Amino acid sequence: MNLLGNLTWSAIPFDQPIIMGASGGMILGIVFVLGWVTLKGYLPYLWREWITSVDHKRIGVMYLVLAMLMLLRGFSDAIMMRAQQAVAAGGAQGYLPPEHFDQIFSAHGTIMIFFVAMPLVIGLMNFAVPLQLGIRDMAFPTLNAVSLGLTASGILLINVSLFVGEFAKTGWVAYPPLSELQFSPGVGVDYYLWSLQISGLGTLLTGINFVTTILKTRAAGMSYMRMPVFCWTALASNLLIVAAFPVLTAAMAMLLLDRYLGFHFFSVDGGGNAMMYVNLFWVWGHPEVYILVLPAFGIYSEVSATFSGKPLFGYRSMVAATMAICVLAFTVWLHHFFTMGASASVNAFFGVASMMIAVPTGVKIFNWLFTMYGGRIRFTVPVLWTIGFMVTFVLGGLTGVLLAVPPVDWQVHNSVFLVAHFHHVIIPGVVFGAFAGYTYWFPKAFGFKLEESWGRRAFWCWFIGFHVAFMPMYVVGLMGMTRRLQHYDVLSWQPWLIVAAAGVAIIFAGVVCQIVQFVVSIRAREELRDVTGDPWNGRTLEWSTASPPPAWNYAVLPRVTGLDAFWTRKKLARVTQGESAPAREYEPIEVPKNSAIGFVNAFFAVVAGFALIWHIWWMVIFGAFGAFIAIVLFAFRNEEEVEIPAERIARFDHAHPAEVTL
Amino acid sequence: MNVAVAVDEIQPETLISYTETGPAPKRVVVGFGFWIFLLSDIVMFSALFASYGVLVNATAGGPTGAQLFNQVSVAIETACLLLSSYTCGLMSLAINSRRRIATYLGALVTFVLGALFLNLEIREFVGMIASGATPQRSAFLSAFFTLVGCHGLHVTGGLIWLAVMMAQVAIKGFRPAVERRLFCFALFWHALDIVWVGLFTVVYLMGVIV
Repeated sequence: MNLLGNLTWSAIPFDQPIIMGASGGMILGIVFVLGWVTLKGYLPYLWREWITSVDHKRIGVMYLVLAMLMLLRGFSDAIMMRAQQAVAAGGAQGYLPPEHFDQIFSAHGTIMIFFVAMPLVIGLMNFAVPLQLGIRDMAFPTLNAVSLGLTASGILLINVSLFVGEFAKTGWVAYPPLSELQFSPGVGVDYYLWSLQISGLGTLLTGINFVTTILKTRAAGMSYMRMPVFCWTALASNLLIVAAFPVLTAAMAMLLLDRYLGFHFFSVDGGGNAMMYVNLFWVWGHPEVYILVLPAFGIYSEVSATFSGKPLFGYRSMVAATMAICVLAFTVWLHHFFTMGASASVNAFFGVASMMIAVPTGVKIFNWLFTMYGGRIRFTVPVLWTIGFMVTFVLGGLTGVLLAVPPVDWQVHNSVFLVAHFHHVIIPGVVFGAFAGYTYWFPKAFGFKLEESWGRRAFWCWFIGFHVAFMPMYVVGLMGMTRRLQHYDVLSWQPWLIVAAAGVAIIFAGVVCQIVQFVVSIRAREELRDVTGDPWNGRTLEWSTASPPPAWNYAVLPRVTGLDAFWTRKKLARVTQGESAPAREYEPIEVPKNSAIGFVNAFFAVVAGFALIWHIWWMVIFGAFGAFIAIVLFAFRNEEEVEIPAERIARFDHAHPAEVTL
Repeated sequence: MNVAVAVDEIQPETLISYTETGPAPKRVVVGFGFWIFLLSDIVMFSALFASYGVLVNATAGGPTGAQLFNQVSVAIETACLLLSSYTCGLMSLAINSRRRIATYLGALVTFVLGALFLNLEIREFVGMIASGATPQRSAFLSAFFTLVGCHGLHVTGGLIWLAVMMAQVAIKGFRPAVERRLFCFALFWHALDIVWVGLFTVVYLMGVIV
């Protein structure tokens, strides 16, 4: 018996200078950071305050750190693809061999959707939702840490694939029969499947956690129609997670059974049905689009109301539109493969349903416009991202309506036109929103604002770079260029692809601006300090506590009397000014105890995942058994909560008078 | 007093709206969260059911359900599982009134019935595989083994969970945390029954209609 399963030295691509360089750089980076942290003596602090933390704010920040790092990885893939397509025309073959190019586009899609966009929105929801609901933590704080750990495990596995073995060459959707063992005998598809199964479980647990939190643990007086819109969109997004992710889990489990045990779900022989995978995949995949985009819509709603100094226009219609999108999300999956050959009436149904989603989305756009209309708008960086989003997203949405027409779709199916379309909605729809939320909540999380001018530069580079990069792709798409081409012979496409590559360079300048902004802001943190806890003159409850908020969020749980709870209280405070505020009475607060279970579970998940990929069966048993023992031991712990004494809360409150002086 | 009468006597205007009371008690939150988990689990099963429905006739020249399924064995399996749900309910009652011995007894009977169910199911699987009806034989059999096997795995997980919970009752007693977990276990066990009713109907009953 081979102790290391299929793993041999040949798994490491020593002959590929690009891959070895990239993975060498990553390993050096990790070693450097770990070494620095250890030498500086930060490890105990990191362990105590972050890795074992069950505080939703800390977990949110860690999700965002993961997402930002993976954004750099996914973006590097994008740069490589654009560079390859800019040069590999006619006789030139470019610098990437086909098998490497295939891995890059698969990794780009997988990383950007699962390990950038998902942790971005989940991180922002983690940070903001409990604060906005006026509560002290999520419904299941420790489960939240487990979710984070599982997401991190998936991320680790997919990055290991760069160095040990290979990644899938099947595209990020991994359609069979190509992804079956017969046509993809390597470990690439297994890396893809196991990292997504592990992180998908984490996402599902997150969804359950948020739905329960939002439906069952709101502050006193916060009825549904008093919830901030971001909480509504978070609710819709997490309902979609709960209803959609199990389908992905099932589909991938079937593909795994095909690959590992020779089942016949999607195989070409034995009666398998490959189109069933495509259907199941998109039954998850289309709701996934709204899982990502709805929280961003929530952020835009918060930003446009706050910085216009007005209540959100049409709150009720915004809520209705959000929930309508949530339901309609499940009625359109077939528009991803009109060419499957379903009957005309089936295609017509899904085409019409797809167009119908444009209606509630349009409602939202008008609501944001009317919120800004007549408002006293402050053109801060979050507002720039919001306006940039509206301008861009409307156009991207229109190309989506084009694609929803089955005959048109038949012409441009699988072309670069499609690639341009979905980047045109997902970059403004998710990435811009996440950047707006990052800038908007940064002072709440760290106690100082991000520097403005570098933020503006970053926005303009992204905005201009985005259009330069993706508009040409509509053109080459209509000229007949299919997606995922490592090389092409049509020389008339090349000028457009060179322009697209230039666009990526401009976006790169935007990313550099963001890194500079981060560094500059940390250096100038004393000037950018937010001492009030309410730097933007906000409307929702998170601005009513200190920045950064204490572990218990609110010394006394707020009582909500209307929509825009904090704004209402500020208005009321002006009226009652002069009356001395009653002295507060503090009570000890119980907060959930830190736990290493998230980290330990993540460790065993990585071990088991890696072992499964390489068929190292003893290690699979070790990983699974370890995780089981860890969970049982956790279930037997005696203390679940620690009490924070009233004096400490009083002391904190007196040092941060924002909440009291209101 | 009769509950209905008691409810009638409450003045509606004296009731506090639930939105005014703030976060729900932990027991409610945990139960609700677990319900959401169960719903997601049922969504996963529905994906497996759908796949089974698509592939049920894709026998690739191999055996069909009508040739393979043994109605008697499945009927006994069903009886075991439904009875175990009943004993699980008895266990919940014992927990509510803090009767330790009755709890153990209820758990033991539930465990034995669940194990019996699994035993019969494994025998059915082994018999089919021995006769050449392996999951590798056809897409129909792949889908059958996955759907039924997934339910079987859930039952196995449930048995392990029940054993751990009895250890918790023995060591830690009826603490709130232990009671909440037992409550979730009961929900889980009943949900498996519901899935089995669907399975029994779709796979075993509809499978033998020729």
